[in-house]
Amino acid sequence: MKQVKNVSEVFHWESQRQKGCYFEARSVVEVIKSDVVIVGSGIAGLRAAIEAARASNSRLEISIVTKVQAMRSHSVSAEGGTAAVLYPELGDSFESHIFDTVKGSDYLADQDAVERFVLAMPSEIYQLEHWGMPWSRREDGRIAQRWFGGYSYPRATFAEDKVGFFEMQTLYDTATKYDSIKFYQEWFATSIVKYQNKFVGVTALDIKKGDFAFFKAKAGIIATGGSGRLYSFATYGYSATPDGMHMAYKAGIPLKDMEFIQFHPSGMVPSGILITEAARGEGGILLNKEGERFMKRYAPEKLELASRDVVSRAIITEIEQGRGFKDEASGLEYVHLDLTGIGEKKIKERLNGIREIALKFRGIDIISEPVPVRPVCHYVMGGIDVNIDGATSIAGLWAAGEAACVSINGANRLGANSTAECLVWGKITGELAARYATEKQHEQTPWEDVMMEEKRIFDGILHGSGSVNPYEIRDNLQREMDANAYVFRTGDGLLHALKRIREMKKQDFRHCEDKSRRYNTNLKDVLEVEGMLEVAEVVLLSALTRTESRGAHARRDYPNRDDKNWLKHTLAFRTEEGPKLDYKPVVITKYQPAERHY
Amino acid sequence: MSYVKLVVQRYDPERDEKPRFQEYIVPYRKGMTVLDAILYARDYLDHSIGVRFSCRMASCGSCGMKINGKPALACYTQVSELGTERIVVQPMDNFPVIKDLATDFEEFFEKHKELMPYLVREDRAEQENPKSEYLMKPEELERILQFTYCIKCGLCYSVCPTVGTDKLFPGPQAIAQAYRYVEDVRDEGGETRLNILDNPHGIWRCHFAGSCSAVCPKGVDPALGIQLLRRYVMRGKAPRKKGEGSKPFTK
Repeated sequence: MKQVKNVSEVFHWESQRQKGCYFEARSVVEVIKSDVVIVGSGIAGLRAAIEAARASNSRLEISIVTKVQAMRSHSVSAEGGTAAVLYPELGDSFESHIFDTVKGSDYLADQDAVERFVLAMPSEIYQLEHWGMPWSRREDGRIAQRWFGGYSYPRATFAEDKVGFFEMQTLYDTATKYDSIKFYQEWFATSIVKYQNKFVGVTALDIKKGDFAFFKAKAGIIATGGSGRLYSFATYGYSATPDGMHMAYKAGIPLKDMEFIQFHPSGMVPSGILITEAARGEGGILLNKEGERFMKRYAPEKLELASRDVVSRAIITEIEQGRGFKDEASGLEYVHLDLTGIGEKKIKERLNGIREIALKFRGIDIISEPVPVRPVCHYVMGGIDVNIDGATSIAGLWAAGEAACVSINGANRLGANSTAECLVWGKITGELAARYATEKQHEQTPWEDVMMEEKRIFDGILHGSGSVNPYEIRDNLQREMDANAYVFRTGDGLLHALKRIREMKKQDFRHCEDKSRRYNTNLKDVLEVEGMLEVAEVVLLSALTRTESRGAHARRDYPNRDDKNWLKHTLAFRTEEGPKLDYKPVVITKYQPAERHY
Repeated sequence: MSYVKLVVQRYDPERDEKPRFQEYIVPYRKGMTVLDAILYARDYLDHSIGVRFSCRMASCGSCGMKINGKPALACYTQVSELGTERIVVQPMDNFPVIKDLATDFEEFFEKHKELMPYLVREDRAEQENPKSEYLMKPEELERILQFTYCIKCGLCYSVCPTVGTDKLFPGPQAIAQAYRYVEDVRDEGGETRLNILDNPHGIWRCHFAGSCSAVCPKGVDPALGIQLLRRYVMRGKAPRKKGEGSKPFTK
């Protein structure tokens, strides 16, 4: 890795080439140069890095800039499975996986992308296996699969119930093989730098030491994951804030379909920790206060294995009609997920992880007792607008995984398709970015932008002053989202929350109490909150404007799907006044929109 | 119990001569973990507390620290199970402190990497372009499974007396992962790994204090892995030679 030591020289040299460039003698920004820079080290980021290294025969230098340490990304908490068609001879088919995904999406997915995804998946499963993934096995030594919600065939490939964790381990361990992949751990990327709409690099803050650097690269990939921490009741770890989405949004790339947020039916009360859908796939049932298996009234055929939006609406309806339980300590209402019928042996073999979690965090042994669950923020269908190749509107910049919106998930993602999407578009974008970086030269650096960013962070926030606690802003934001942008929404609620978020944006929270350089998470957190507010604003405005119910976006005041007016993707562009919305058509190849039944 | 006294060891090597302790009064609620208590203090009492955390469900391995002297994950320790109102949190031993509770993992990750934690195969073309899976029976998977649970939290490394005295010793985490790959029926890199480990600072340096296995929050038994690896080193051969890894499925 070429680390430019004599940074001031580089700076002067570049500044002489560009007339009118911002210059201030006190500021010297370190430049860390490589060919491809990947922001994020979850499944998508690691898969992209390995592909870029492979595609270039290790001739390219690849930097992974990640705000967490390697192996800490929230991909490790994905539990139940990764979908792929592995056994056509037993009755599965590409056609079926494509149709299930499109139907699950409530017809908002782009069907050409879904097709490409489904066809690419089997080799991703085998590829991970060949790199060491401990997939659970059948007696004959081949890879095992199980049922998941919304599917017509048991095609969730699993490794106990720690699928994301093992995928991360396999990818991280494999990435250590490549000397051309260099990790910059606990570096928080703050902005995308472009020149004449071409990617030039990203700026980032070294959390460990407090340094600021410009990661100059020919190509970039944003793989920073979802934004689930816009909610307090979430399966996501604390690190799942929309930093990457916000960077892209600030750089002029629209955010797509952000109103579609998935609420997983089974978040354990009160922590929100995920109880995998595999629990229902293996035979778990949902019961209300009266001991009734209520899903038979909502999805007579698929019952608990209907798609997640359907099951979550059923749970909230039960609770609202007085058939839920109440957790006195937290005030949260819930239903029971009963796994006692599965049997000890199968639970220990296939659901060991959630057994451990329920025991430790709730004192419940799932072998003999039901788990209290309610719908919980779990996934963001929307994201950075990209095309079928994962390319953004900035040349040389791609996005992959949950941060991106291709879209294969439309208005509602099926379980086991997210880790899969990370793998497929990790690979696609890694390969394309490597090819681009091989053919292109480094672009000129618009130093003014880099220096302005440094100024914003250090002069504006680290040395800034203010009276409002940024953590209080974060908590208030989450409260508004929990209350008004949850499973069921109304125009009034969304509008109220939008006004509140806009008030918060004006408040005086952009400052640090901690003025130190080393491990200053206060500084990073203020930057995160800034992004959370802007992205929450996009979610709320997109949701308020979409006057229909589709997939995970259920409006009380507009209870029906409206294909005539709303069979289209939302695009939110950033302006100084707030998001400006536009729309683009859905790609429909074979499957005409139809009513969904499960 | 309506509150806890959280005592945090504070230390910024750039600013402080030596560590000091600072006390915070945190309101208690049922089900509160030690991480919850620390985050309350960080969010509402003192924004400058340095602590690493993420998943809050014992999967990501970020929040290893000493809690009342005993190494554990903060997110995986209930305040109620400590049986005390006063909770003292300190950084893990054997890691350099970055600030307060956050420690530097560079050396730890480097040692993991040096023992080749990936499948080594002769059939590189097959490995990088598969059409099916390498076969593996459930009982073969079972042999490596507990070792694959490692979340790289560093707790075992922090309690290892050998790591404390010999900086060249790879440590329980790295060696247990070496065993995980050596024992994998798909792997052919055993010989190379055994060669790396067969030296006075390697596998022979461990004297089986066993604290690594006792402290692991995920049920991994690194001491067992080290024992089993030693057996292979003494016999002078890995379970498989090059080309002997399990074969891909064919119809």
